[in-house]
Amino acid sequence: MAEQNNIAIRARDITVAFHGIAVLDKLDLDVRRGDVMGFVGPSGAGKSVLLRTIVGLNKRVRGTIEVLGQDLDKLNYRQRREIEERWGVLFQSGALFSSLTVAQNIEVPLFEHTDLPVDVVEEICALKIGLVGLPPEAASKYPMELSGGMRKRAGLARALALDPEIVFLDEPTAGLDPIGAAAFDELVRSLQSSLGLTVFMVTHDLDSLHAVCDRIAVLGDKHVIVTGSMAEMLEQDHPWIRDYFHGPRGRAAR
Amino acid sequence: MTSAAREGWLERIEAPDSLTLNLGGRWDMRSAQRHEKELRHLRPSGKQALRVDFSAIDSLDTAGAWLLFRLAKRLRAEGVEVAFDNLQAPHADILERLAKIESHVEIEPPKPNPLVAIVALIGKSVIDIGVEIMESIAFLGLTAVSFARAVLRPKLFRVPAIFYHMEQAGLNAIPIIALIAFLIGLVIAYQGAIQLRQFGAEIFVVDMVAVSVLRELAILLTAIVVAGRSGSAFTAQIGAMKINEEVDAMRTIGLDPMQVLVLPRLIALMIVLPLLGFVADVMGLVGGGVMSMIELGISPSQYIDRLEQSFAPWSLGTGLLKAPVFAAIIALTSCHMGMKVSGSSESLGKFTTRSVVHAIFAVIVVDAMFSIFFAYIGI
Ligand SMILES: Nc1ncnc2c1ncn2[C@@H]1O[C@H](COP(=O)(O)OP(=O)(O)OP(=O)(O)O)[C@@H](O)[C@H]1O
Ligand SMILES: [Mg+2]
Repeated sequence: MAEQNNIAIRARDITVAFHGIAVLDKLDLDVRRGDVMGFVGPSGAGKSVLLRTIVGLNKRVRGTIEVLGQDLDKLNYRQRREIEERWGVLFQSGALFSSLTVAQNIEVPLFEHTDLPVDVVEEICALKIGLVGLPPEAASKYPMELSGGMRKRAGLARALALDPEIVFLDEPTAGLDPIGAAAFDELVRSLQSSLGLTVFMVTHDLDSLHAVCDRIAVLGDKHVIVTGSMAEMLEQDHPWIRDYFHGPRGRAAR
Repeated sequence: MTSAAREGWLERIEAPDSLTLNLGGRWDMRSAQRHEKELRHLRPSGKQALRVDFSAIDSLDTAGAWLLFRLAKRLRAEGVEVAFDNLQAPHADILERLAKIESHVEIEPPKPNPLVAIVALIGKSVIDIGVEIMESIAFLGLTAVSFARAVLRPKLFRVPAIFYHMEQAGLNAIPIIALIAFLIGLVIAYQGAIQLRQFGAEIFVVDMVAVSVLRELAILLTAIVVAGRSGSAFTAQIGAMKINEEVDAMRTIGLDPMQVLVLPRLIALMIVLPLLGFVADVMGLVGGGVMSMIELGISPSQYIDRLEQSFAPWSLGTGLLKAPVFAAIIALTSCHMGMKVSGSSESLGKFTTRSVVHAIFAVIVVDAMFSIFFAYIGI
C-alpha cells in the first residue's frame, strides 16, 4: 500500500499503434511521486505519444494507466475532472488558445475549475506570468504577437495555473535562451521541493537533465530501455545512450 | 509525505497585543478557495500585530502562498505589523519569489472609451468599405498578373490541383445542386399553376418555368450554393495555411501563393460553375415537368413540345453566360479573404463568414446588373 502511494504514474503493458503500426509496444513505466523524471530518446521514438497517451489524448490498443493511484479507465466524469485538476500539460508547440490573450489563457483553467473571485484569479494569473519569467506587458498580448520562447513560457504558465501535482512538459526548454532555460530549471526544482511536484519532462536539454532530473528514462525500440539516475545513465553501454550522454554535448553539459 | 497531508486549516489565537494565525495541512489551491473570504476580511483589532505561524504547514503552493502574501501586503499598507513565523526553507523560497513578482497585469489590451469606440467604429466601417473595394481590385490585378505569367509559361498551371478542385467544388456538389434545382422547378410550376389556372392559361406554366429557371434561378441558386460550400472551404483552407505560416513558407521557397493557391481554385470554379448551372437548368425543367403533370395533367410529351416552341436560345445563353463571372467572383472573394486571415482561430472564423456573405452579395448585385444589361441590349 505504501509502495502504491509513492507512485504518481504507473503504466503497464502500454501499446499504441497508428494505422496498425505500433509506436509503443508493451511499455511499462513507473514515475515516483515527487520525482522529476526526464524522458529522452531519439526523435520519433514516441515520447510525445507516450505523454499524450498518459493524459488520455491518444487511444491505446492495450494496457492500463494509473495516475495518483487511480486507474484512468475506471473513472466517472467527476473523478476524471478531479484528476485533470491535479495535472497540467505543456504541449510541444505551446497550444495556446489563439483568440485569447496570454492572461486569459492562464485564467481559463482557473475559472473552469475553481470559484475564486475575479480579483484573486487575476492576481494568481499575474503571479504565474511572473513565475515563468514573462514580462508583465506580455499578459495582454495575443499568442501570435509573442516570440516562440515566450509562447512556451505562456504555455507553461497555463499548465501551472492550478498548482497541479503532476506536470507533463514536452520539451519545455526548447526555444528558450540559456539563461531563461536555467531559470526554468531552477523554477521546476523549487516548485518540486516546496510542493512535492511530480514532473514528467520530455527533454533533449542535457543541462536540464543534469540540473533537475532525479531520474531519467530512455525510450527506444518502442519501450523504456532503462530508467535510472544520471550517474547510472553514464555507466550504460547501450550504444545510443552512450552516444547521447558521452557525446560532445553530453560532455559539455557535465 | 505530502500524500498523507491533511487539508489546509487555520486557527486564530487572540492575545491582547497580537493575533496569531496557526496554519496547517496542505495550503493549496483547494484550501485557498475555502479560506479566501476569511482572509480577505481579516483584520486584527486595535494595536494588535499579526503573527502567521507556518510550523504545521505540510505543503504550500503558489495560490496558498499568494493568499497569505496578499493578506500581509494589505495589512502592512494599513500600518499593521505582520510577521511570518517558523517558515520552512522551501516555503520561504516561494514567498520570496512572490515578493519579486509584479502582481498586477493587464488582462486585455486597453479598450478605448465606448463612445469614442462607436464613433470610431462607424468611421472605420465607412473607410473599410473603400479599402476593401480597393483591395479587391488589387487582388484581381494580382490574379490577372499571375494568370498572364502562367499563360506565358503553361507549366505554371497546376493541372492536378485544378482537377482536384474541380472534383471537390464541382463533381461533389452535383447531388445537392440537382436536388435544389429540382425542388425549385417543382415549386415554380406549382405556384404558376395556381395563378394561371384562373385564366385558363395553364400551358403557359411551361414558359414560366423555362424563363425563370433558365434565365435566373438555376444559375443564381447554383452560385449561392457553391459560394456557401466551396467559397467557405477555400477561405478556411487558405486561412489555416496562413495561420500555420505555410503561406510564408511557400514564399521563402519561391512559390507564388497566387500561383499555387488562387489560380487553380479560380480556374476550377470557372470551369465547373457553368456545368453545374447546366445541371441545375435540366433538373429545374424536370421538376417543372413533374409538377405540371401532377397538378395540371400536362403529359411529358406535351411539356417537351411546349418547351421546344417557347424555347428561346438566349434564355439558356444568358444564364450560362453569367456562370463564369459568378465563379470568378466567388473564387476571388474567398481566396482573398483566406489570404487576409492572420494569427488567431477567431480571425479564421471571421473571414470565412465574411467570404460567404460578400460572395453571395456580390453575385446578387452582379446578377441584377446583368438583367439590366440584357434588357438594354434586348436579349
Ligand atoms: N497522430 C499520429 N498519426 C500517425 N502517426 C503518429 C501520430 N502521432 C505520432 N505518430 C508517429 O509516432 C512516432 C512517435 O512520434 P512522437 O511525436 O512521439 O516522437 P517524439 O519522440 O516526441 O519525437 P521528438 O523528439 O521529435 O518530439 C513517430 O514515428 C510519428 O510519426
Ligand atoms: Mg515530441
